[in-house]
Amino acid sequence: MAVTAPAPPRPQPSRAFRAPIGNTIRERFTQLVLLLGTLVALAVLVILLIDIAVDGAGGVSVNFLSNYTSRFPEMTGIRAGITGTLSLMVLTALLTFPLGVGAALYLEEFAKRNRWTRLLETNINNLAGVPSIVYGLLGLSVFVFFLGFGRSLITGALTLTALVLPVVVVASREALRAVPREIRDGGLALGATPLQVAFRQTVPAAIPSIMTGMILSLSRAIGETAPILVAGAVFSRRADNEPWNLSESYTAIPIQIFDFVKRPQEEFQVGVASAAIIVLMTVLLFMNSAAIIIRNRYARKI
Amino acid sequence: MDQRTSSDQQTAFSPIRLDSGSPDTKRASAPATEDGSTETDESRSSAPPQRSTADVVFTATDVSVHYGSAPALVNVSLTIQRRKITAFIGPSGCGKSTFLRCFNRTNDLIPGARVQGLIRYHDQDLYAKDVDAVEVRRRIGMVFQKPNPFPKSIYDNLTFGPKVNRMKVDLDEVVESSLRRAALWDEVKGKLKENAYSLSGGQQQRLCIARALTVDPEVILMDEPCSALDPIATAHIEDLMRELEHDYTIIIVTHNMQQAARVSDRTAFFTAEVESENDDRRFGRLVEIGDTSMIFSNPRDRRTEDYISGRFG
Repeated sequence: MAVTAPAPPRPQPSRAFRAPIGNTIRERFTQLVLLLGTLVALAVLVILLIDIAVDGAGGVSVNFLSNYTSRFPEMTGIRAGITGTLSLMVLTALLTFPLGVGAALYLEEFAKRNRWTRLLETNINNLAGVPSIVYGLLGLSVFVFFLGFGRSLITGALTLTALVLPVVVVASREALRAVPREIRDGGLALGATPLQVAFRQTVPAAIPSIMTGMILSLSRAIGETAPILVAGAVFSRRADNEPWNLSESYTAIPIQIFDFVKRPQEEFQVGVASAAIIVLMTVLLFMNSAAIIIRNRYARKI
Repeated sequence: MDQRTSSDQQTAFSPIRLDSGSPDTKRASAPATEDGSTETDESRSSAPPQRSTADVVFTATDVSVHYGSAPALVNVSLTIQRRKITAFIGPSGCGKSTFLRCFNRTNDLIPGARVQGLIRYHDQDLYAKDVDAVEVRRRIGMVFQKPNPFPKSIYDNLTFGPKVNRMKVDLDEVVESSLRRAALWDEVKGKLKENAYSLSGGQQQRLCIARALTVDPEVILMDEPCSALDPIATAHIEDLMRELEHDYTIIIVTHNMQQAARVSDRTAFFTAEVESENDDRRFGRLVEIGDTSMIFSNPRDRRTEDYISGRFG
């Protein structure tokens, strides 16, 4: 009689691969805590936005956008603030881009690694963390008084440039560093000078990331109140406002919001200020999307 | 001769081109009268006695390279012959890539790198004070380990070199002829405006070779050009090298001994030596150089034989 081999035993359901129950609970719990953290941050933002929208939506109108400020809440407007903010942003961007990218290029591509460049780098990194009001004081003493620009648009733009420059330099250096070494080698191997490689290969390849840094820092600058308040922005401009005149006095939307909030009438403190905040955020959103579109177009081309 | 302007540097280099007698140097428009005038008796007599000077492109004498204080390569002397493919082989860390980079002064770009000894390109000391490293790199092209096209269109990749060197050439013509020489024209002629990154790895590497050809070099240095490619793409590149050999001098660093045996005319074998007993810093040394058939069938040195037969490395 042949002995039939016994059928292989069915594998018993094993507990070997099951996670210990404690682990599962701990994991779920941690995820929940993290989710809560996210929700709290989000909730604060949503509440803030809703509150502002409720208070200010009625106040945003064509008149509000096109009028200069007035003593009467129903007649006031932020035209001077809009033109001021736009001209400040454009000037700051025009000043920051060459200076920031230039400094980053020098430090990243050409500077010898020695004690001086390390000192320079440390200082730039530290400057990125200096409170913005300090830049206001710098603007006041250097641009307003020492260079004699007075409380003018160019003073505001220069002050904001000084404020965002360290951030732009740091971001641009990161962007340049992310360009592969091989691209530089390839350029140099063709007999291009280091300068030609930097301007024709490295910078174009880094432009999308540099733009991201610019966008983020300009977004910070657009909402800044303290530095330009100290450096001579005025609360309101009248009908004689010339928005693009570098030597004229200027104001900006955050400055006007500050002005509205500290006026005695409640209509100014709530309705008008909220309406101005909505406008500020819209301008911010608009500028950011424009910059992102520019960046993406560049990124697609290369 | 101490203070040379940049234009003087050009003329200082010109006799080299004429001396080499290469037919594809027609773009260099050096006046023929300079042939004899700049060439002094001194430079003639100081040249090492060769069977024919015109056949030697590079003469390296006692070349050592240090990175900081660490030696990477010690006392290498050899000659590179014109329109031949010379392969550098050897185990990792033997300094063969480092040595390759001496020939177009790419080591200058690495902070702390120091090249000692003498490297002559025809009659010119490549490391002489008045030699411009940028000009050296234009005449001595290089192809890298990883294909490194610029993140631009195929066309822009190929016109960058002529543009930065302000060569007075028809760019379209340069693009087509270099692509044809690199055996890539038929594959990309319809999409010259497309990004070079859309090509396959092997095509990218051939594009990089084409790009090196656009500035009309005499020598092409290749630093493990096939190490990132599959066998078919590698075969393409090897065929291409055989083609290019008719017009260019090629030096190739390779980890792949079969490749050296397949494509090269001459082979130099390097080895890595330990500096001292209690220190495992290694540096490279040239063991021997000779005709590839000789190196692979009948090497003079025991170490070469061991390496070739796969006993180490």
